[in-house]
Amino acid sequence: MALAILRRVAILVVSVLVASIVVFAFMAVLPGDPAQVALGINATPELLARTRADFGLDRPLVEQYLSWMGGVLQGDFGRSYVTGEAIGPQLVDRLGVTLWLVGAGMLVAVVLAVPFGALAAVWHRRFGGTAISGLSQLGVAVPAFLAGILLVQVFAVQLRWLPSGGWTPPNQDAGEFLRGLILPALSLGLVQGAVLTRYVRSAVLDTLGQDYLRTARAKGLRPYPALMRHGMRNAAVPVVTVLGLQLTTLLVGAVVVERVFVLPGLGSMLLDSVSARDLLAVQGIVLVLVVAVLVVNFVVDLLYVVIDPRLRTAR
Amino acid sequence: MKVRISAALALLLVVSACSAGSTASVSSGPDTLAVGFTAEPANFDFTRTDGTAIPQALLYNVYEGLVKLDGSGKIVPLLARSWTVSEDRRTYDFQLQPGVTFSNGAPFTAEDVKFSIDRVKTDWTISIKSKMDVVDHVEVVDPLHARVVLKKPSNGWLFDMTGRVGAIFSPTGVADLAGKPVGTGPYEVQSRRRGDSIVLAANPAYWGRKPVYRTVILKYIKDPTALNNALLSNGIDVIAQITAPDSIPQFENDNRFTVLQGTTNGEVVLSFNGAKAPFNDVRVRRALTLAIDRKALLDTAWAGRGTVLGSMVPPTDPWYEDLAGYYPHDPVQAKTLLAEAGQTNLSIRLRVANLPYATAAAQVVASDLADIGVRVTIEPLDFPAVWLKQVFTDHDFDASIVQHVEARDITTFGNPKYYWGYDNPRVKQLISDADAGTPEQQVANMREAARTITADAAADWLFLYPNVVVAKKKVTGLAANQVSESFDLTGLG
Repeated sequence: MALAILRRVAILVVSVLVASIVVFAFMAVLPGDPAQVALGINATPELLARTRADFGLDRPLVEQYLSWMGGVLQGDFGRSYVTGEAIGPQLVDRLGVTLWLVGAGMLVAVVLAVPFGALAAVWHRRFGGTAISGLSQLGVAVPAFLAGILLVQVFAVQLRWLPSGGWTPPNQDAGEFLRGLILPALSLGLVQGAVLTRYVRSAVLDTLGQDYLRTARAKGLRPYPALMRHGMRNAAVPVVTVLGLQLTTLLVGAVVVERVFVLPGLGSMLLDSVSARDLLAVQGIVLVLVVAVLVVNFVVDLLYVVIDPRLRTAR
Repeated sequence: MKVRISAALALLLVVSACSAGSTASVSSGPDTLAVGFTAEPANFDFTRTDGTAIPQALLYNVYEGLVKLDGSGKIVPLLARSWTVSEDRRTYDFQLQPGVTFSNGAPFTAEDVKFSIDRVKTDWTISIKSKMDVVDHVEVVDPLHARVVLKKPSNGWLFDMTGRVGAIFSPTGVADLAGKPVGTGPYEVQSRRRGDSIVLAANPAYWGRKPVYRTVILKYIKDPTALNNALLSNGIDVIAQITAPDSIPQFENDNRFTVLQGTTNGEVVLSFNGAKAPFNDVRVRRALTLAIDRKALLDTAWAGRGTVLGSMVPPTDPWYEDLAGYYPHDPVQAKTLLAEAGQTNLSIRLRVANLPYATAAAQVVASDLADIGVRVTIEPLDFPAVWLKQVFTDHDFDASIVQHVEARDITTFGNPKYYWGYDNPRVKQLISDADAGTPEQQVANMREAARTITADAAADWLFLYPNVVVAKKKVTGLAANQVSESFDLTGLG
């Protein structure tokens, strides 16, 4: 077990290093000069040269990379070329928003998918099951941003029940915070929920065919209670795998949804930083996202063991 | 499992608590106003960070200058009650407003005028600081009388004083310009949430007319659709400038809103790389200008709103004259000129900023030029990063389209090193004479300069970007024109 965790941590470290090099290289070859963007249209060549020196852009790439990475290892993500502020606290601030969004989206997805997926499996020969499958098929085909735009049109612009975007921190006004979170969470969660419903359905169908459930049915339990009592834990293993994969999709989806709903999360920070060639900020954000994805995978692996006791002895 | 879920929730709470800090939920109180903008300031320090977003938020609202620009483009008093100009046009005597204090409590005197003007030369890092180069020195005659002596006469200098270089700072208020601006204006910065909003609160000790709105929330929404939705769903009260023309009719047809349409200083220019062939031949530039139907282009690129121009002068400048008809749309004449220039088989690279108005305009330009046998390859470049580097700095283009938003930027045609590579000593002379002369001479010379660059077809001025402001009916006192660097909140009723 300890060895497995150690191996995981090693993979995590190597992945982060590789990702940081790739991101750094991409930003280096991307056309556009951060100093020029920061100084604007009337910058003189002397001023440009001075600013490039201030930013350290005149140093060799390897040196730039090493000094950045050295800082990151000590928790210092550097200062933004554009805002002049420290990037680290910004990352924490923005990550908070994104985590709320992803968490709420996940919640919507799970709350939808587990009962509907199970029902679709139990009713798989009936109209109800076909209807749920059809609807989830439709949901899979809708991109999150489109769902977002439609939700805004209906609930914000036409009915004016909910805000069309913007962010209120929960500790400032909890009611306003929740109202603002509903539409973004739905637009992320509905689509993911549709995907997840299909996995839950097939996992449950699989479980329904198992001997122990047949035994339970033979003892007189009706299908749904039988499933709840004996089948769900088994069906959960593949579902958790998919959840882990989806969490990473959700992070990516959040980038787009943050834009639609004007949420000051990591996604909108990433887009702004790329267009401003705020290289240090982009590198920092991508690093955080990479670590987030790797940590999710790590946690999913641990969860298997929790859900399925057979895996505890297997390791 | 329950334990785990609550642990996860607790983690979320902790993280979001880290993101604490007060911010803007748009409350609908009668003395609160929320204004939506597209471009967010990087920080609050316009002495070291370029771009229009910072002065748009802070100038006239938080910082004040000796003079300001009113909605019609006229220079009017602000911290200076009045001023006189000496016979040789080099000495400006400003009588200052008494009883003014900065938001940190420091009194405003002529010392602050001297400090602020001197500081442009010593501490500002952005290139706009060169606008103060003409100042020889500043004298403090008495606490309410500042005298500025120029090295040579310059009309441009007083005009520039209406912009950010003219902002008055206090020596006690420049410790943290990026985070905590200190000015004499009717508002002070209360808080900000990056990526979301800036909150301005009325300055209780303001010397002038008290602002009607005690709190103004500046909301930053990059996506035009999201910006429109925010107004439609009561998230904001005003859209400072509409960037998507297709959305305007829905506001005009809705009796909840007022739509104001005015002008800006933003000339959308089809620039030619005049320093190299074939655009160093005036016949080629004229041919291309004749070939493009600018009225039709404006219809396509900006739904017919905006103004068709004939030169680099917006209607709010004193030397404006209508030159839009100088080159009427005439493809036949255009073809003849191209043949004369020996350019019947011309292909050009049109490298435009990847902004909606520019890419839309590029399509029309390409199709109009195809009609006279010119092949156009459109290359949208990421703006600002790639465009600035490749077109503006490296001059790697044949033609380009971008909006030039600076006030009175016709002077760039007097600079042969500017990216349009236009070199005409006469224009240079006219512009410098205009700066040194009396106001009457200035108008006459600038008119002549504008006519000359038009005759030379130094560029094709496609149209003047319109300023369209949409507001809820209750909001009054908004200016239709955007001619200063400020989004002026002081006139709101």
